[in-house]
Amino acid sequence: MKIHEYQGKQIFQRYGIPTPKGYVAFTAAEVAEATQKLIEETKIGVVVVKAQIHAGGRGKGGGVKVVKGGAAEAKATAEKLLGMQLITHQTGPEGQKVQRLYVEQGLDIARELYLGLVMDREERRIAVMASTEGGVEIETVAEKTPEKILTEHVDPVIGLGAYQARKLAYALDIGKGTPNPKETISAFVSLLQKLTVLFEKEDCSLCEINPLVVTKAGQVVALDAKINFDDNAAGRHKEWAELMDKAEEDPVELEAKDAGLSYVSLDGDIGCLVNGAGLAMSTMDIIQHVGGSPANFLDVGGGATKDQVKKAFSMILSSPKVKGIFVNIFGGIMKCDVIAEGVVAATKELGLKVPLVVRLEGTNVELGKKILAESGLAIQPADTMSDGAKKIVAAVRAV
Amino acid sequence: MAILVDKNTKVLVQGITGSAGSFHAKQCIAYGTQIVAGVTPNRGGETFEAVDPDGKKVVVPVFDTVAEAVKQTGANTSCIFVPPLGAADSILEAFDSELGLVVCITEGIPVMDMVRVRRSIEGKKGKLVGPNCPGVITPGACKIGIMPGHIHRVGKYGVVSKSGTLTYEAVGQLTALGMGQSTCVGIGGDPVAGLDFVDVLKLFNDDPDTEGVIMIGEIGGNAEERGAEFIGKYMKKPVAGFIAGTTAPPGKRMGHAGAIISGGKGTAKDKIAALEAAGVRVAPTPSDMGTTLKSLIGR
Repeated sequence: MKIHEYQGKQIFQRYGIPTPKGYVAFTAAEVAEATQKLIEETKIGVVVVKAQIHAGGRGKGGGVKVVKGGAAEAKATAEKLLGMQLITHQTGPEGQKVQRLYVEQGLDIARELYLGLVMDREERRIAVMASTEGGVEIETVAEKTPEKILTEHVDPVIGLGAYQARKLAYALDIGKGTPNPKETISAFVSLLQKLTVLFEKEDCSLCEINPLVVTKAGQVVALDAKINFDDNAAGRHKEWAELMDKAEEDPVELEAKDAGLSYVSLDGDIGCLVNGAGLAMSTMDIIQHVGGSPANFLDVGGGATKDQVKKAFSMILSSPKVKGIFVNIFGGIMKCDVIAEGVVAATKELGLKVPLVVRLEGTNVELGKKILAESGLAIQPADTMSDGAKKIVAAVRAV
Repeated sequence: MAILVDKNTKVLVQGITGSAGSFHAKQCIAYGTQIVAGVTPNRGGETFEAVDPDGKKVVVPVFDTVAEAVKQTGANTSCIFVPPLGAADSILEAFDSELGLVVCITEGIPVMDMVRVRRSIEGKKGKLVGPNCPGVITPGACKIGIMPGHIHRVGKYGVVSKSGTLTYEAVGQLTALGMGQSTCVGIGGDPVAGLDFVDVLKLFNDDPDTEGVIMIGEIGGNAEERGAEFIGKYMKKPVAGFIAGTTAPPGKRMGHAGAIISGGKGTAKDKIAALEAAGVRVAPTPSDMGTTLKSLIGR
């Protein structure tokens, strides 16, 4: 799960990680008000108005504006930003609609650095990555100059050692040109240790500050905040429900998530209902292998109920792009009769206007086949998944 | 002989009184697995009843702790069906009692919990399989987990896989071809887990009863690449492979927590190339896993 920059900064503040002062705003009037307030509070005439969307590359895409002319100019800027489709390298060509803005005090920046924490699955530890190349796409740095990314791993029992943070501080030469290098180094070490604790306690999967800035006065400040959470930990973070911005999520994927299903929209026209992630993925693969194109990834999981299967099948049935449906089940925990009942219940409600190929195997397969046969639905049975894939692709082509 | 489990394996089930735990414990007993104990805190003293393959009633005692269950019954293996937020603690409890094998079926354990678990069990002698996996089965001897037992046959071919249903798919094909299985191991689809491909391939390589292996991977991480490296260097037996997710879009989590292409890494294409370079024959579709292994046998 992703959250907005301003929400990330609120979490940073709880952990004592320095951020610029700022306010979230939903209208241009609120932006003007926030600007006025910031100028009065900080005695700095410059503010930055930042579009809040769940994608990186906002600055390059034109979603971050420096305002030097006070509240009136900030308001005019906000009017342009709110409602625009912001396109970045992470949004896709259609962009993402801007509905929230963050107004932040301007800083006297001396240096921009990169700091990122991710779960490193191969090392089975949090990896702390730092680079002197801040404020640019880290993917580009990783590809072109990987030696410029420094990495330390966090022992889950001990936490990030102060020595590890110091190693990074010296390698970045964080104190360079600051009035009191010793203080700047110690501020960096403290920030990094707090961030590591935050990552663990808040069950993050990614925590990125790009850029982390050193001000001319030698302060170390998180100018950006990107936090992703590990969805598996949602059960112990009730507060995440409030942090979620549904406008940023794919509505169909959200609907599936609420129903306890795993769903990903794709560009093709053959809807798939499968149990098990591996089987669901390879069902997509085999459809493409025989010349078709899958409309979705859908894993109903191992313990789905009839209602969940019905919901899943209804989602496929009601998608306008779907020209054919392939149900591919190898029942282990999942019983074939439960799948069959769900499919029949959904088609009774919504009707079946496209070809349907069903391949059932495993637990209670005979019962499942019987339910489908007695339903009177126009179903093409298939013996294997490759047989099924060929049949659905042929049926969709024939339409 | 097979690997990891055989007819002498004595299993305790953590979470035996829950709905998944009780259903599958019954299925395992019906398959012939020696389930000797159950563990559910605050339910010690209760019993759990099931029926073995001969139709005889089996009464399994339930204990409050793993330590007590081991002491009373001599269990040497655990199977875990505890809900996600408590499962890491259950794994640690099993390792604390020095069980030789811990199979965790639970899906949805927070990654941070598994990071701590892996750190904590470092250097201990027990082996962890999973989480988020179907379990381990040595056909005709011992089934620990949720796989449908009836599709398996006793035989000489090993299966190791990140995906449950694709394992069933492979086993179904092997059985239809008359190729029984030595042991099938589901290592699970989580980013941080127990045994990986290399660990299981090593066991198959050293097992005199295994004559060939099907290895089933998926997008995300580089466990498949490391497996390929091992195969290229050390594997004495033919290996057929399959990688799921050729058509998966980057940046999207495909069901399994670990099945995600991030930063252009972990694609099916790279994994297939690594396997082929190591001499693995990769099945073009998941329907061809069995025939692909067959084509490698007896050459």
